[in-house]
Amino acid sequence: MAGMSRRQVLRTGVAAGVSAAAGLAFPALLRAQGKPLKIGLLLPYSKVYAVLGESITNGMRVVFEAEGNRVAGRPVELLREDDEVSPPVGLRKLRKFLTSDQVDFVVGPVSSAVAAAIRDPIHQAKVILLNANAGDNALTRERCSPYIFRTSFSNWQTSYGLGAWAKQHIGGTAYLTGSDYAAGYQIVGAFREAFVAAGGTVVGESYVKLGSTDYAAIMAKIGAVGPALSFSFFAGSDAVHFVKQFAEFGLKGKVRLTGAGFLVSDDVLESQGDAAVGAVSTLHYTRTLQNPQNLEFRKRYQALTGKPPDVYAVQGYDTARVILEALRRTGGDTTDPERLSGVIRGIQFESPRGRFRFDPATHNAINDMYVMEVRRGDEGLANYVVSVVKELKDPGHCPNITA
Amino acid sequence: MDLAFLVTQALNALQAGMLLFLLSSGLALIFGVLHVINFAHGAFYMLGAYVGLTGLALTGRFWLAVPLAVLVVGAVGALVERAFIRRLYGADPLAQALLTFGLLLVLDEGVKWLWGPQIRSLPTPEALRGTIALLGVPYPAYRLLVVAVGGVAAVTLWLFLERSRLGAILRAGVSDRQMVAALGINLGVLFAFTFGLGAGLAAFGGVMAGPIASAYPGMGVEVLIKAFIVVVIGGLGSLKGAAVGSLLIGVAETFGQALAPDWAMVAVYAVMVAVLLWRPTGMFGAEAAT
Repeated sequence: MAGMSRRQVLRTGVAAGVSAAAGLAFPALLRAQGKPLKIGLLLPYSKVYAVLGESITNGMRVVFEAEGNRVAGRPVELLREDDEVSPPVGLRKLRKFLTSDQVDFVVGPVSSAVAAAIRDPIHQAKVILLNANAGDNALTRERCSPYIFRTSFSNWQTSYGLGAWAKQHIGGTAYLTGSDYAAGYQIVGAFREAFVAAGGTVVGESYVKLGSTDYAAIMAKIGAVGPALSFSFFAGSDAVHFVKQFAEFGLKGKVRLTGAGFLVSDDVLESQGDAAVGAVSTLHYTRTLQNPQNLEFRKRYQALTGKPPDVYAVQGYDTARVILEALRRTGGDTTDPERLSGVIRGIQFESPRGRFRFDPATHNAINDMYVMEVRRGDEGLANYVVSVVKELKDPGHCPNITA
Repeated sequence: MDLAFLVTQALNALQAGMLLFLLSSGLALIFGVLHVINFAHGAFYMLGAYVGLTGLALTGRFWLAVPLAVLVVGAVGALVERAFIRRLYGADPLAQALLTFGLLLVLDEGVKWLWGPQIRSLPTPEALRGTIALLGVPYPAYRLLVVAVGGVAAVTLWLFLERSRLGAILRAGVSDRQMVAALGINLGVLFAFTFGLGAGLAAFGGVMAGPIASAYPGMGVEVLIKAFIVVVIGGLGSLKGAAVGSLLIGVAETFGQALAPDWAMVAVYAVMVAVLLWRPTGMFGAEAAT
């Protein structure tokens, strides 16, 4: 019985007992028992966001391997498909998950553009999508669905909190840059909203194609304007290039580098090196968080992968925790999407990022957003928390969800 | 728009153009001499960056890592030519495209397997971390070096092709293979050398671009499109065309990105369309084949 704790056995037993007493779900439960739990991972394993896909997957493995890869009596199968950060590819792979694999859950994607493309088929198929990264605001606002939950963040959440802080602690003029797709505009837009409301002025704005390697043109523009701070949304390899080139062009020290936390998150910090020191950003996780859940998670993630975790790993970890918790509560039954959706809405637990819970009105995670600075400290080069914006809830509203 | 901005942008364009030239010159050479459309070329660029990365880890010196990358990838290129490409001379271009594209995918996966999927940063050499002021405008020293090295490479390549015996044989090979063969020159060795030289040039571009653009799987595919645009507008197989085309695309891209970011890629294609309308064979195509 390695991997299955006594508590789990008891809990499964109780769940089975309750279902039996209700006399309804029992046959479904019998059928479900032992049948593999198929989780379709629709993530990028190549291109600009390859590392993000790997981290999410590894975060999930930490949870399931601790359970002996069995959840509520069902062996767990993680099916991986590379969405190549491309909406048409993502859509094709999703269809495969829904038709030939018949997955119980879909997890992913990373890119908001891919998420936008798969939203309607998910909604129609009534399969639970646990969105482990894509931050497109609309997914938990006007394009929400009772079957879509976001364990990561909304784009709005990742930068709104920094706007007022940056105006107050850094200065009143900002140059804004971002990746030229939905996430870039939403994240930069939320920062602008808060920064301007706090009395700041935006002196310039540029967007760059996703996956660009040369940001020299933008550096020339920022250098020409000379603002107090630069705010950016870039992630993955784009973030590495942007931050390194920012230092190369001599802007570091003259203009304060700030951004949504992906700009200098743990997955890219090593490659950026000293160029990133002093950068200020906001995110819902950094590996330097000192809560007991995080200390434990770091140990297990390190043991599994040989690397320290990053924010994407935690998103994967929490996503797997949600699945685990949901199956415990349904006794392993995933056949009724309405019931599953209702169960997931109420899930909460202590996560490495702090308290994890969904906003029942939007199905978006409510996050504490940490304002952090890159320093060389006890943890080496890392993001250290300087301030916290507590329980930031996306202001969206979802007409389709009955809370 | 002030002078400082213009100077920075002009240098940016020059630097982007130089990297593009290292890549597209090899592509042009391989097409000119072997008549092979080489999609695997982007993979050699990527390999250059990765071998440079490993070379740097082993020797700790950028100046050793660069020639190491060029030689290793050049040798890989020559081997690839002997093992695969030579079977396809004179074959259907579609077969060539399929084979070389397949090679590109295989090498991409190979890199992922050997070095991992994450982006790897090549540190800028210590001495070149700062900026140098040109006309009062600070510009990254390393990028200035890239401009200089690109210029030297272009001149060296030109001298080699125009003034050396081997260069003369290569140029002869472009216009008439049978003649070269009839003169008793071993075409097999010549072709392997040419392919290796092209691969080495691509690797040179890759390792020089490393400190600016880092190394990551898939990087080859991204630059390949631009390299093909350069070769098409310069004239297939023309080195002079590759040089002029590279600078042109460098200018279109950097200024496009700075002035109208939404139209940056459009600017690149617009240049291509304009050139092709003006000269359908490219600027130095057909009648001037070197």
